[in-house]
Amino acid sequence: MTRPQEISVVDTDLELPQEGFIELEGYIDNIKTTKGALIEILHKAQEIFGYLPRDVQLYIARKLGIPGVEVFGVVSFYSYFNVKPMGKHTISVCMGTACFVRGADKIINKLKDNLGIESNEITEDGLFSLKDVRCIGACGLAPVILVDDKVYGRVKEDQVNEIIDKYR
Amino acid sequence: MEDIKKVSVILNGQEYQVPQEITILEAAHRAGIKIPTLCHLDLHDIKMVNQTASCRVCMVEAPGRDTLVPACVTKVSEGMEIRTDSLRAITARRMAVELLLSNHPNECFTCPKNLDCELQALAAELGVREIRWEGERMDYPKDISSDAIVKDSNKCIYCRRCETMCNEVQTCGILSGISRGFNAFVGPAFNIPMVDSSCTYCGQCVAVCPTAALTEVNHSDKVWEALNDPNKHVVVQTAPAIRVAIGELFGMEPGTIVTGKLVSALKRMGFNGVFDTNFGADLTIMEEASELIYRIENNKTLPILTSCCPAWVKYIEHQFPELLEIPSTCKSPHIMFGTIAKTYYARKNNIDPDNIVVVSIMPCIAKKAEAKRPELTKDVLNNVDIVVTTRELGAMIKEAGIEFNTLADEEYDKPLGETTGASVIFGTTGGVIEAAVRTAYEWMTGETLENVEFDQLRGSDGLRKASVNIGGKEIKIGIASGLGNARELLQEIRDGKNEYHAIEIMACPGGCIAGGGQPYHHGNYEIVKKRQQAIYQEDRNKKVRKSHENKEILELYEQYLGKPFGKRAHELLHTHFEERERI
Repeated sequence: MTRPQEISVVDTDLELPQEGFIELEGYIDNIKTTKGALIEILHKAQEIFGYLPRDVQLYIARKLGIPGVEVFGVVSFYSYFNVKPMGKHTISVCMGTACFVRGADKIINKLKDNLGIESNEITEDGLFSLKDVRCIGACGLAPVILVDDKVYGRVKEDQVNEIIDKYR
Repeated sequence: MEDIKKVSVILNGQEYQVPQEITILEAAHRAGIKIPTLCHLDLHDIKMVNQTASCRVCMVEAPGRDTLVPACVTKVSEGMEIRTDSLRAITARRMAVELLLSNHPNECFTCPKNLDCELQALAAELGVREIRWEGERMDYPKDISSDAIVKDSNKCIYCRRCETMCNEVQTCGILSGISRGFNAFVGPAFNIPMVDSSCTYCGQCVAVCPTAALTEVNHSDKVWEALNDPNKHVVVQTAPAIRVAIGELFGMEPGTIVTGKLVSALKRMGFNGVFDTNFGADLTIMEEASELIYRIENNKTLPILTSCCPAWVKYIEHQFPELLEIPSTCKSPHIMFGTIAKTYYARKNNIDPDNIVVVSIMPCIAKKAEAKRPELTKDVLNNVDIVVTTRELGAMIKEAGIEFNTLADEEYDKPLGETTGASVIFGTTGGVIEAAVRTAYEWMTGETLENVEFDQLRGSDGLRKASVNIGGKEIKIGIASGLGNARELLQEIRDGKNEYHAIEIMACPGGCIAGGGQPYHHGNYEIVKKRQQAIYQEDRNKKVRKSHENKEILELYEQYLGKPFGKRAHELLHTHFEERERI
């Protein structure tokens, strides 16, 4: 039996910045039509807040006049969207087919050992969070990891520590 | 007159002329060929068509195409050749079901939908005799958080009928597909428990779920316990819509009126008093019509909205909290009945109210949650203790070994047993308001109403507008059944676009006859129409057809309640609503 992955949105104690909502509102108000723009808006919201907590998702739902579950359905569908706060740096490991056959699983295990966290978790010092993501479209460089926006290709297990240390 | 272009299609080797723009499924149906379906559900009467083509059970072969096509969404075209009976098509359809079963609990024996499950029926029909794959299985926790609906995602086949119903028809926006791939399931936002969502518990998702992924919370054991407790005085009441539907569970034609057999069965089960929620409905009319007249004559807030339907009440609390001033403050009929049973009836029969257990037999799932609302259970004295649905009662009658079909007719107990035609029609859309108009008309004009049937208030369209002339005054009435239609009316009121005096809202499309607790119609809406005809027939069968002419009701006011809409009536028969969060 497979337990479903944990996806419920944590209630954080973190106060969400009011100016974030103002910025998001301005963004939504300036879109020509909000029809079909949900993903675009979610990208913006994640850029502003760093992740998509429940209050932000509900805010977007109210603003667009759609049910909260519709927003959550989209957020939970795409692994790009985070429902938990992320570390200062996000390490994404591509688990697409090409990367996988070239050892992405070994790379991610090495990262988990090194950081002491599982996927979708954040290190205690708040510096890193780890994600396994679907194909990022750089199969020629497989296996690939991303640290924030920087791409590291043809990564070998013994290079992992070195890469992380650059961000410490 | 009609100018629909026809195309010729070859179905299983025979040529047919069919209108273009129809699906292969529809074309086959017209040609007398059955293509099995599972996710597909066409309830066009209530404007619900679920066409997700997700189950792949209706795959057919269209020679010339590389792949099989789903018949439910593929349109016919000129010269199209279709084989529904080729080995390839039959094998593919059976395999689709086998794959669904490979991730479905093998617990048909103990499943609440045993013998009522569309997946089970399909597996039998398609000759599935083994499941060749032992794959991974999902293990979701069962959501038993609410008093009304159980969500068991392990039994979900992802047809998304519930989602279509919840979002497009009822516009509640509670259920949707969450996550992706093998991890996908249907649930509320943020994966919160159902009880924390804005679910109204209307139960229409339960009514269309093909499996037991969504069912009602079963309370029948509590009823048996109460019946077997010698210290308890157990009274039961039956809602108007039960008598025209429960016969279906015993193989009778839809629309068979079985009031007498129903009473008889309940007496054999051992209830100490068998009563009719219609009595509560007559009482509701006395209060609601008084409230309507009071509001009209004193220029108070209009329109007045009926408050009999707990799903609709919860809907306005979540979705339109700014309009909470307009619903009537009346408790719903079965709750009113419960209150009277524990006060007036208890006193009259010298029974300690603490020992009275009130059981409601309802066509409704929302009534289960309503009975547990804090304001209706205050002072530790529940108004109503246990609510069971038509389906649950049907199962209990079978458990008790009662041969329902051969029972002789019996009458409801008295007092609280006399009812009118006005109260029977509470079971259908338009009925509550018609009953109120019958009384309001005579009270406002002082004249006798000769023809009590108001055709302009009847019908099955989800949204109807009518006006009734009462003593020279045009009373404008809006009627909505189905919460999406209710939303339209509420938006009009909120935006001041239309003025009404009175509005009736029922959460289930068609009214209580199509409630979430009724025998499953499995997509055949003709069944619901027959129940409606039966309700109106039952009204015509009644000698007394106006609530304010119910002698036992008048006696109740005289001996106990005082004036309708008066002080004691307010204390006992009225309630209040509160704003709730929308998630």
